[in-house]
Amino acid sequence: MSNTINLSINGIAVSVEEGKTILEAAQKLHINIPTLCYHKDLCIAGNCRVCVVEQAGVDRLVASCATPVSEGMEINTNSLKVRNCRKHIIELLLAEHNEECTKCYRNGHCELQSIAADLQITNPDFIDLVPDKNYSIDSYSPSIEKDDSKCIRCQRCVRTCAEIQSVGAIAVAHKGAEMKISTFFNQPLNEVVCTNCGQCIVHCPTGALVEKSYVEQVWDAIADPEKHVVVQTAPAVRVGLGEELGFEAGTRVTSRMVAALRRLGFDSVLDTDFTADLTIMEEGTELLMRLKAALFDDNPDVALPMATSCSPGWVKYIEHKYPQYLPNLSTCKSPQQMFGALAKTYYAKNIDVNPANIVSVSIMPCTAKKYEANRPEMKDSGFKDVDFVLTTRELAVMIKQAGIEFDQLNEENYDSIMGIGSGAGVIFGATGGVMEAALRTAYEIVTGREVPFNNLEIKPVRGLAGVKEAVVLIENVRPEWNFLEGVELKCAITNGLENAHQLMEAIERGDRYYHFIEIMACPGGCLGGGGQPFPVDNEIRQKRMDAIYSEDLSLTLRKSHENPEITQIYEEFLGKPLSHKSHELLHTSYVKRQPY
Amino acid sequence: MTTKIKQLKRIDLIFNHEDDCKEILKKSFDRTNEEVINEMVNSGLKGRGGAGFPTGLKWKLTAEVKDSPKYVICNADEGEPGTFKDREILTRVPHKVLAGMAMCAKIIGSRQGYIYLRGEYKFLVPQLREELRKFHQIMDELNLDFEVDIFLGSGAYICGEESALFESMEGKRGEPRNKPPFPTECGYLNKPTVINNVETLAHSYTIMKYGAKKFRELGVKDSWGSKVFSVSGDTPIPGIYELELGMSVQDFVDDFGDGDTKAVQVGGASGFLVPRKRFAKSHIGYQGKLTGVSLPTGGSMMIFNSSRSMYNVLDNYLDFFQEESCGQCTPCRVGCQQLLKGIKAVKRGEKPAAYLDKLLKLTDTMRLTAKCGLGQSVANSFSSIVENFREEMIY
Repeated sequence: MSNTINLSINGIAVSVEEGKTILEAAQKLHINIPTLCYHKDLCIAGNCRVCVVEQAGVDRLVASCATPVSEGMEINTNSLKVRNCRKHIIELLLAEHNEECTKCYRNGHCELQSIAADLQITNPDFIDLVPDKNYSIDSYSPSIEKDDSKCIRCQRCVRTCAEIQSVGAIAVAHKGAEMKISTFFNQPLNEVVCTNCGQCIVHCPTGALVEKSYVEQVWDAIADPEKHVVVQTAPAVRVGLGEELGFEAGTRVTSRMVAALRRLGFDSVLDTDFTADLTIMEEGTELLMRLKAALFDDNPDVALPMATSCSPGWVKYIEHKYPQYLPNLSTCKSPQQMFGALAKTYYAKNIDVNPANIVSVSIMPCTAKKYEANRPEMKDSGFKDVDFVLTTRELAVMIKQAGIEFDQLNEENYDSIMGIGSGAGVIFGATGGVMEAALRTAYEIVTGREVPFNNLEIKPVRGLAGVKEAVVLIENVRPEWNFLEGVELKCAITNGLENAHQLMEAIERGDRYYHFIEIMACPGGCLGGGGQPFPVDNEIRQKRMDAIYSEDLSLTLRKSHENPEITQIYEEFLGKPLSHKSHELLHTSYVKRQPY
Repeated sequence: MTTKIKQLKRIDLIFNHEDDCKEILKKSFDRTNEEVINEMVNSGLKGRGGAGFPTGLKWKLTAEVKDSPKYVICNADEGEPGTFKDREILTRVPHKVLAGMAMCAKIIGSRQGYIYLRGEYKFLVPQLREELRKFHQIMDELNLDFEVDIFLGSGAYICGEESALFESMEGKRGEPRNKPPFPTECGYLNKPTVINNVETLAHSYTIMKYGAKKFRELGVKDSWGSKVFSVSGDTPIPGIYELELGMSVQDFVDDFGDGDTKAVQVGGASGFLVPRKRFAKSHIGYQGKLTGVSLPTGGSMMIFNSSRSMYNVLDNYLDFFQEESCGQCTPCRVGCQQLLKGIKAVKRGEKPAAYLDKLLKLTDTMRLTAKCGLGQSVANSFSSIVENFREEMIY
């Protein structure tokens, strides 16, 4: 229906759909216009002005990201006027920016640095504004560090926190020279509504927002001969890590990553997929118990829908924003924390090491996991269950520091015990994955048959859509599950907290009724997590997602309840799902928090 | 307001005590929308806030947009340094402003109007409320479903920029939006909106009453009509004056100066400084910059005599801008700080005099790339002061 607009850019004719911007038209011609405040995930701000271009007949330059194309427009992206202005703008940003690039975490990954390098700004004219600004670093959060001296005020973080996450922990404060990105009353990030999701970090063009790094602590632990250092790797890390180490987005690097971790000196390289499978056993059983209480016992107090609790960003979000729904949250710990609790109990006993000497490290696509590991509840092993959480990016840093040529590594397998994971565990890394994994197991427990989907692929719950719904008809059940006969199990899946917000509002209004909802804080699920490599957009998320599902397909073991190590741990240690021991180690509780 | 001036003609259209709004409105409502729009277009009335967009065209464009609801907003966020005429208009003839809003509402099909009142003018609210009560009665009598409410700003200069004003009204941070789209199709609440300065609306009442032809008996080509000026600074007769557009700065200085006038700042801090040597060649109006000598203004005329340091004047403007910039766009936020720190550094001898040329180039970039009129216009006062009083910047 839409019209085609004809214009020319740098003398080259191009036709694009009406409503497209000059920037998009230029991209079609493979003409690169530098941008900073622009991000494909976000609404247009047009505030950095780096993308200005010259439009014939218009005296002022126009922001190409914010200006729609019009018929007959003649654009020059590289005129003298454009070059001078663009250079000035970058010089201005640099004058306001703490240029300690060599000491910066984003060195080499910084969008400002990259544009400045392209423009060859070797002798800037302007006065350094940083010394007078009295900047301080907010490092109180266990997950995120905010350094205003590196902030270029593009507001990508603000838009991310508001639009994608519906959290609003950070916003613009003050005006003019004093304008800055701030929290509620300028409180430190650990004292505000921040969910620690880290989406602000992956959307920040500079080093103003970074994860709190624990790389040095992990090196120290590895170097300590007294310590037995175990490492677990989350499902989404294996489809993201490659991007930091020279591979195309969507490359699966699972077995190289295992080899690298061994070379880094970890004593045992284990898999969070194992506890993802365990989560399915516990959470799937919890769901069935809740359904039984609701449908068979007619217990009016049972909270449905049951919501997943794997995503610590989501958990903190519901604690802040929907505390009345805390009883709906599954009491299961996340796979990371189940792993941590078992590492210092079951695993320690199994390998006969004093748990006090075990250092438990996890590699996560997530910054909220750093916060989760520091929650006071997470000490059920008698120790801090997970000592240090590193992001995918931090693991890449360690691999580079160790001089490991990642692409030359041989492929290796995880250690055992707690090293075997099923395909159901792998797909935890994608939005809809927990739901799919739970359905594969729960359906089979109830009916004795596999889920009625070709190849076990439950397509309706897959994909990057913000909110997905699925209905599974349960029929021909085993006798003990008679009360579920003919029940249509209603499920919903969301990713990104804005979508979670929409879903919760629909539930609150009574517009929607579900039995089970899966909610992941980050767009695309863990594969789009705040600890994953830069940059990110939906194209990259889709590639990582394809890699996750191809990893699942490549495995013969694809259902959590068929994982032999799961059978083993219930036989040797836990007894059965929701047993007393399980409750002690694998389940947790939540707290109501302030809404701001 | 009976102060005599020597040679310029004092006009008395805005402030005369006509109180026949109901009659004038009825007359205008009896005409077709097209007739009224043509009258407005023919009058040549341009926005009196300083930007000078043709008012009739603005109304016409908004009338043509097929979307609803539509809004009429009176921009009374008078914040330009040295400008205080809208306060006077709202104090003395608010009924004319409201009549202008009603005419516009009828033409574009709006049922809701707002006066966005500068926070510092809060003291006007009780009398404006009383005026609104009378106005709404007239609306009832004339059968026009149009209501006007007051929205009080909070003191940010930038909220006088129309799109920042909409953001402010919507409860958001006052930051200018990207344009296009323009308010005519996407204004307050993303709906078609006419936003006019207080004085513009009062003039539209005059045009309705006396006709476009009469309006064009005043002023000069492309700058028809009269304008209310806020005269301040080194003058024996500061105050509010309605004068014809097109006068030369020399004529203005002859009437208002104290005999020792060194320069006149036309259009407030975001306007131009005219030095003595350019008085005769500079005219007040909208002729467009092609002539190089016409200066638009929202009405502020600040007179400086030879006792004034132009360095201090510029320092003061820049301090104002670096604080009142919304801070979102790079050229304005960082540019203003650089200009201020830059002239201080030159003055202290920390930077060479040639650094002023780099700063002038920077103001070029600001003019070309800033997101809104604020950042774009900092260059006006900076370049006109630095170029004409360079020695005062250095020594």
